[in-house]
Amino acid sequence: MRRLKRNWHSLSAALLALAATAHMPLTLADAANPASNGMLIAGGIVTTTLMLQAFENSGPALRGILLFLGAHFCAFALLSGLTGNEGKMSAAFFLAIAAAWLLAWGSASEFAHIEPRARAAKTVLRLLIPAIFGAWILILWEALTRGFGVPFILLPPPSAIGVRIASSLAILWADVQQTIFKAALAGYLLGCASGFVTAILADRVDFLRRGLMPIGNLMSALPIIGVAPVMVMWFGFDWQSKAAVVTIMTFFPMLVNTVAGLATTGTMERDLMRTYASDYSQTLMKLRLPAAMPFIFNALKINSTLALIGAIVAEFFGTPIVGMGFRMSTEIGRMNVDMVWAEIATAAVAGSLFYGLIALAERTVTFWHPSSRAG
Amino acid sequence: MSKKISTAAAKTYSVVSAQNLGLTFDTNDGPVHALSNVDLDIAKGDFVSFIGPSGCGKTTFLRVIADLEQPTSGTISVNGMTPEEARKARSYGYVFQAAALYPWRTIEKNIALPLEIMGYSTAERQERISRVLDLVNLTGFGKKYPWQLSGGMQQRASIARALAFDADLLLMDEPFGALDEIVRDHLNEQLLDLWSRTQKTICFVTHSIPEAVYLSTKIVVMSPRPGRVTDVIHSTLPKERPLEIRETPEFLEIAHRVREGLRAGHSYEE
Repeated sequence: MRRLKRNWHSLSAALLALAATAHMPLTLADAANPASNGMLIAGGIVTTTLMLQAFENSGPALRGILLFLGAHFCAFALLSGLTGNEGKMSAAFFLAIAAAWLLAWGSASEFAHIEPRARAAKTVLRLLIPAIFGAWILILWEALTRGFGVPFILLPPPSAIGVRIASSLAILWADVQQTIFKAALAGYLLGCASGFVTAILADRVDFLRRGLMPIGNLMSALPIIGVAPVMVMWFGFDWQSKAAVVTIMTFFPMLVNTVAGLATTGTMERDLMRTYASDYSQTLMKLRLPAAMPFIFNALKINSTLALIGAIVAEFFGTPIVGMGFRMSTEIGRMNVDMVWAEIATAAVAGSLFYGLIALAERTVTFWHPSSRAG
Repeated sequence: MSKKISTAAAKTYSVVSAQNLGLTFDTNDGPVHALSNVDLDIAKGDFVSFIGPSGCGKTTFLRVIADLEQPTSGTISVNGMTPEEARKARSYGYVFQAAALYPWRTIEKNIALPLEIMGYSTAERQERISRVLDLVNLTGFGKKYPWQLSGGMQQRASIARALAFDADLLLMDEPFGALDEIVRDHLNEQLLDLWSRTQKTICFVTHSIPEAVYLSTKIVVMSPRPGRVTDVIHSTLPKERPLEIRETPEFLEIAHRVREGLRAGHSYEE
């Protein structure tokens, strides 16, 4: 039973490979460029499975590597057989892809059982497992779109998007500069800073708290779709109007979180400061702001994604002929879906990097917080 | 200017002097008399314990001394000043029920906190930190974060923080209440040692009769509803007190009197 549990990925893969053999060849009869390596693939899968049985008692590292090599050899062979045969693949192809995917899954679950002692090995492993997962999303996407011949307009295969990214690096870089480095970043800094300052003011002056909080609330409820054209009227077509939209979007999360953070200190901590006859600014700098940091970083993280969305969407309402939102809206009109996807991919990578940087800074600043001091 | 007041006050006998002190909280269920008609004098160098059941106003009295609560009647002076002036002159150190150390500061930096606020120079801060760490037996733990220490060590660090600046009055609100008895005995011994070495005046709130008798030169027995002082007992125990003193007849005699005082003032009818 235990043996079956450990080997079910590879055993099912072998069964799928046998089923694929029954449906050979990989391509349909009218394919332009009939693939000939079907038996090789099926053989590869079955061999991997048999070798796993031989290494029954080996550690997860060896078995994981074996599965990893088997899975990716098959995937590579299958994908290379697609060229010229888009939409002309037989059931054997999809069965074999499923089998290879199961092998990759098996390799990830074997790798997850490794408990290395070295720090470097730990890091590699921590990156490897999500990397396998990510790679297989792309492999399956590629195999399914091209294997079934999904129209390019609906969903281009990742290889086409990759080619487009590689051939449009200059354009993408200009768009990133316009949308992220100018509009999103400027708006983000302005919105976060003004939200923060307003929170401090609201904390210091009671009448401001009562007046500002509802206004802040109102600003957060403003529909970006309505605000963006108005901002274009006010600040012109260039990045300044987009930065204004981002400022409006990021202001409120920072305000609310900072106000909540400043209120988190306990009575005892505040009484302590009072017994030292500490003044407002000393209490703020030495107690309340450090205590508010987890909240402030929450706002910074929320705002990092909001800023990107805001800057891109705002460009749909009037922009110079550069920018990620501009590119998306015009290229979709010209049916250049791969360019739209290239921009989406760029935005996703940039957004993740941005978020990751803030999360890293958070870990160093709020190391003391129970949520980050594990171990 | 504040310095002048405190040196002038040091000549007078009482460190804390309360006359007819009363404090009433207005709550939704009507007024609560936390303190009523409290008369008390605390002399320089005294170790005064406040003992009584919950709600007898012992913590409230300590907070009135510290200007954390405002009395509604009567008068109180601390070092010859009003509590507010005394607080602004930084004339006391306060130790709370929990250590209240800031988790983003190391133990050293936590002790440095009052020194930073009061504007001591870096060199003097260093000197004082190592001196008080030694006083509470925490030398070598300065670079640790509070959450890396045990509860007893944290509380000792918070005492070190209260000792770091020149306040000759130490207010302690059940500082060892959350610790187990073994750690507590140990800390009590250390506290006595510290008191005899520093010559400070200490006001100590506690629930525990043995703790009060063991530590104090003067025991203030309080009772609730309204919070008032029912007895003030001057200890006849010598200044030198090993833990074994708690089994002597003299000790038991004082403990008995404290218990009697508590019983007399406390009605169990409600």
